[in-house]
Amino acid sequence: MSGVRILVGTRKGAFILTSDAKRERWNVDGPHFGGWEIYHLKGSPVDPDRLYASQSSAWFGQQIQRSNDGGKTWEAVGKDFVYDGVTGTHQWYDGTPHPWEFKRVWHIEPSLTDPDLVYAGVEDAALFRSSDGGQSWQELPGLRGHGSGSSWMPGAGGMCLHTILLDPRNAQRMYVAISAAGAFRSDDAGKSWRPINRGLHSQYIPNPTAEVGHCVHRLAMHRTRPEVLFMQKHWDVMRSDDAGDSWHEVSGNLPTDFGFVIDVHAHEPETIYVVPIKSDSEHFPPDGKLRVYRSKRGGNEWEALTNGLPQSDCYVNVLRDAMAVDTLDPCGVYFGTTGGQVYVSANAGDNWSAAVRDLPPVLSVEVQTLS
Amino acid sequence: MIRVVLPAHLRTLARVSGEVELQAGPPLTLAALLDGLETRYPVLRGTIRDSLTKKRRPMVRFFACQEDWSHAAPDALLPEAISNGSEAFLVVGAIAGG
Repeated sequence: MSGVRILVGTRKGAFILTSDAKRERWNVDGPHFGGWEIYHLKGSPVDPDRLYASQSSAWFGQQIQRSNDGGKTWEAVGKDFVYDGVTGTHQWYDGTPHPWEFKRVWHIEPSLTDPDLVYAGVEDAALFRSSDGGQSWQELPGLRGHGSGSSWMPGAGGMCLHTILLDPRNAQRMYVAISAAGAFRSDDAGKSWRPINRGLHSQYIPNPTAEVGHCVHRLAMHRTRPEVLFMQKHWDVMRSDDAGDSWHEVSGNLPTDFGFVIDVHAHEPETIYVVPIKSDSEHFPPDGKLRVYRSKRGGNEWEALTNGLPQSDCYVNVLRDAMAVDTLDPCGVYFGTTGGQVYVSANAGDNWSAAVRDLPPVLSVEVQTLS
Repeated sequence: MIRVVLPAHLRTLARVSGEVELQAGPPLTLAALLDGLETRYPVLRGTIRDSLTKKRRPMVRFFACQEDWSHAAPDALLPEAISNGSEAFLVVGAIAGG
């Protein structure tokens, strides 16, 4: 019988939620690594029991944990993320050059074909790769070294590489996004990179249409149409139909186009989801109402999804890695909040319920559909 | 036998409870104790001091015999009470945040 496993990273540990395909009753297992920040954990698409977790602490640094049994047991693997060659500098908040310094792993992206191949996006922004199941990590230096790296600047949350998308049809193509540098694409498996930010417009940088400097919060794609990308930017929801070569805004009738998450329905490539947040200075839903917005037309025309979500006095945030979908039919949609709730919709967003309510602030949500 | 008390997060990471015991030195310098600790528990490498520079992480403190050894030189000799095990060496996570 099929089922679902939700991998939840929080400020104080990891939690694993499981359910059968009905997605109504949830077993909560955790905390794993209690007290540690778990920025992200994710399973291998080809071996669902192979999980990777980024475990970090301001006190004690970075760990990478690996599980080979779906999260029942874990082993610490490689944690040395050493920048390749001359480290160089990026811009600091005051515009001065600042040396690249490793702080933490924000996002882990296992390969679509090899459970031992895995990518890690880190702060200060860089992309690392492991081909031995996380035991050792090597930087893909073409990203920082492509030319604009010295002009990148951190956002308030740090200069993080938070999104890694692997093209399921083209093993040579991958995308990353960095706050606050923008989106980048490689067409040679990560060896070389170029910015793909044409069409973005950001009022918070001196040149609003600059090649880099945009605070991209999240990218999403549908596996059957990987040339179509969706983006939640600091402000603006954007869409590209040409693999990021150009972007156009699809914010449409959203109550606010600020937000962090964006995701795509598992079976409908034009159905996308966002959670609008009031503003960059007020990181909570407008009017105290937690609403997911769904567009069935790939943007511009959005409907509010509210059934089962709090519609008064709700002031949580939904962080950039905290939304995911399953591949069941109907598609399940999931997101976690800084208030510790993990909300589940087993019918593509029409109705919602909380799988769990009182976790530590949720940093990331990933979903595995189990056969 | 040298006795070391680790903070809770590192006990969890190293999968130990209570004090840990290890062999190190002589001479028992601060660096020798930390080397011995990391040899016995490789997962702790990088958690107390930087893996490459061996510099103490900013929010970690060292206490021995009711004195703060956080700023001691790596080659500083620890008190005899630490080397003979009558007192435990404390690795402490700095007080900060929630």
